[in-house]
Amino acid sequence: MSAARTHRSAEEIGRTERGPRPLPALGRTREVPLPDVLTETLPNGLTVLAARRPGVPLVETVLRIPAASPEPVADAARTAGTEVLAETILTGTAGRDRIGIDDALASVGGELGVAVDPEYLQAGGSALATGLPTVLDVLADVLTAATHSDVEVARERSRLAERIAVARAQPRTVAREALMRRRFGDHPIVSEMPTAEAVAAVTPGRVRELHADLVVPDGASLVLVGDIDPEAAIAEVARRLGGWTGDHPARWLSAPPVPQAGDLELVHRPGSVQSQLRLTAPGLDRTDERYTAFQLANLVFGGYFSSRWMENIREDKGYTYGAHSGQEFVPGGAVLGLDADVASDVTAAALLETRYELGRMVAVPPTEQEVTSARRYAIGSLLISLDSQSALAGTLSALHAAGLDVDWLRDRPRRLEAVTVDEVAAAATALFAPTRFTGVVVGDADVVGPPLAALGGVVRGGGR
Amino acid sequence: MSVIADKSALELHRATLANGLRVLVVPDPATPVVGVSVHVDVGFRSEPEGRTGFAHLFEHLMFQGSESLEKLEHFRQVQSAGGIFNGSTHQDYTDYFQVLPGAALERALFLESDRLRAPKLTVENLRNQVDVVKEEIRLNVHNRPYGGFPWILLPPVLYDTFPNAHNGYGDFSELEQASLDDAAAFFDTFYAPGNALVTVHGDLSEHGVDGTLALVERHFGDIPARPVPQRPSFAEPAPGAERRQTVADAHAPLPALALGYRVPDPAAEPDAYLAHAMLATVLADGEASRLQRRLVHGGADGAGLVTDVSASNGLMGGPFDARDPDTFTITAVHPAEVSADRVTAAVDEELDRLAEQGPGTEELERQTARWVAALHREDDRVMYRMLGLGARELLYGRAELAVELPGRLAALTGADVAAAAARLRSAGRAVLLVEPAAEPSGDGDA
Repeated sequence: MSAARTHRSAEEIGRTERGPRPLPALGRTREVPLPDVLTETLPNGLTVLAARRPGVPLVETVLRIPAASPEPVADAARTAGTEVLAETILTGTAGRDRIGIDDALASVGGELGVAVDPEYLQAGGSALATGLPTVLDVLADVLTAATHSDVEVARERSRLAERIAVARAQPRTVAREALMRRRFGDHPIVSEMPTAEAVAAVTPGRVRELHADLVVPDGASLVLVGDIDPEAAIAEVARRLGGWTGDHPARWLSAPPVPQAGDLELVHRPGSVQSQLRLTAPGLDRTDERYTAFQLANLVFGGYFSSRWMENIREDKGYTYGAHSGQEFVPGGAVLGLDADVASDVTAAALLETRYELGRMVAVPPTEQEVTSARRYAIGSLLISLDSQSALAGTLSALHAAGLDVDWLRDRPRRLEAVTVDEVAAAATALFAPTRFTGVVVGDADVVGPPLAALGGVVRGGGR
Repeated sequence: MSVIADKSALELHRATLANGLRVLVVPDPATPVVGVSVHVDVGFRSEPEGRTGFAHLFEHLMFQGSESLEKLEHFRQVQSAGGIFNGSTHQDYTDYFQVLPGAALERALFLESDRLRAPKLTVENLRNQVDVVKEEIRLNVHNRPYGGFPWILLPPVLYDTFPNAHNGYGDFSELEQASLDDAAAFFDTFYAPGNALVTVHGDLSEHGVDGTLALVERHFGDIPARPVPQRPSFAEPAPGAERRQTVADAHAPLPALALGYRVPDPAAEPDAYLAHAMLATVLADGEASRLQRRLVHGGADGAGLVTDVSASNGLMGGPFDARDPDTFTITAVHPAEVSADRVTAAVDEELDRLAEQGPGTEELERQTARWVAALHREDDRVMYRMLGLGARELLYGRAELAVELPGRLAALTGADVAAAAARLRSAGRAVLLVEPAAEPSGDGDA
């Protein structure tokens, strides 16, 4: 080669004289260090969970109130009303305006956010641990004395309409709404985002009514994790939130119907350059004896990067930036979901490969090596995922809502170790069979429709 | 205030190997996990003209196998050790990282060293990853409203030179033209050991600091030294006047705007630079902030000027994420009935007011407390703390900046923030307008 060369060739770069080297062995993984959780239910029905996790001088707060609609079917007006309620709850109380609320929180480095979904109203935040009394004061104030003033309701209504327009322009939102309808029909669980029309019709009076109906302590939980003394923290909660009362218990969402297997629905989004593939099937609750085996089967299929589906449609074929499968828990059970966004011109090809990989879970079940990898990942990533106050608080809150406690979490690594390859294979066969699935494809139907129709198992939606 | 510098107890241990590789070891016995990162001193500002997006594309190629690891093995080995991984490309650096149970520390060092020594660059992987990157760009830019806003769209308005102004994600045609030889040249030039930093943070397991340094030496020490590229200056004059540009967005339902300003050199004037970070917070962080009150809360009828507003010092991350020149941004999404000029005029008035009077003492204290708590919250994860330490060490030679940040922010005065506001008002700026180009989409509820 000529002397003018300024760099090595790709082939030269990939080789050394010494050659490939052996991988070093792993040491022994430490146990998940979980603190004791002190739990107490106050006379008003609010259950408080507190745990000491120092590390940073903060406290993490998660309040969760079951806040389901009492109606048997999705109610657009109620969804809109609860959304406006969540948006205005921090905008003023009998004693503070929105600036006063924000100033009080900021003085202790605090943030507080309120969100509502078809199942729960949640208020979460963090602050310097020394500021816990202030955060609880603000929380008590907004829970018991939020005014939802006419001006603030009007302001948040118009802002919400704009935000909804922005959200609905996101392909993932379009796909999510279509998927929820496909899964659950008109059960109230599908009402995750209100319509602009329903929001516009929400009156301040209705918001105050909904506040009295939803924001009740009996059945709610408050989780505190941080650089705190759990016993003192619970006493502090009792002192500041003990006066919060309601005239009925919180409302739990009813179990939605189990998704029925069937064709995928094609939803037209004109001008899309990608399609959203969303497949779904019934999943397993945490208390099901096959749950842990299923979790490992899911990792093997599409639950982490080194999964069959990801390696196929991303790393082999380049159809997508990411493919992911996982569970969502719903009252009475869970649903398995598969999602990938793929270019329009490979939409049919990506669906074909997805079906192929589902079929392979049955015909060529997870191998010992695949199960070992998934098992180690599940244990290690549990260790990593709980290594912060906010993650631990969120997990404790979700588990408590599902009727489980920290001991369930503490025992996870042992259960993951105990699952056999045969059990994982059985779960793969039972749960990933292609015949169990339904779902949606969102994309430019003029482009992706003909090849999908030719492939079969996809029907054009009736429009929304 | 008593909340400052709790992390001053972090011990920073440094070493430089004979091949020039810098090493930073920061033990934290309180966690059972360990992070290993490699920061390489090349970002999208350094990529060659005609090869936009190459630094990011190359980041993808670094995951595609190396001498000891077949394609896909890097992912598999990290994950089967119980770990998570990723990489990211910024203006001035590219990082690669993994977080694993402490027991897997040596494996992580092995995996990172193998690809820094001898990555397997193949045409097949290059073509595959060009496709993957194009899907990433479709996902994050082309197929969604406000894609690339403002980080891709604003720099070409504020800057004139290719390094500062071009699209760091890259143009499809240039990505498709990238060759294997481009990749080889890029690796040999920029991925020299003397151009990189290895950071280890967290549970050092039984190895301790000295044992960890010995492990780093064992795995990285025999990578031959190569010349380290001379880094050019990316300096260019600040715009003397306002520059305006409008772009159409086929998916956006509402107009949006971004204002871009130049900030002081973070290396030469760190405190003046940080005053801009505090200014961003005073302007837009929290319900009581200046622009939230002025633009969002609205008048007695409840109608605000904008739907959302935000401000930040730094184009891609928090403070001290890039070298000079860096960018201060204010962004807002607003209803079509409100003109962009009304929004910018209101912003200007708030900046003028702050330039004249500065923030109030209590206002500054509250925003400082919020900053400090937010920094602690970020620090509560090994991954973010490690990346913060590594980026500051690479860019400024001072990982301590990450530790000192809360204290330095708390020491800023109202006059510092006023000076930052005045500085923004006295120089030119970029105004980017995003206009909905709809055809109302078929996604409505009709």
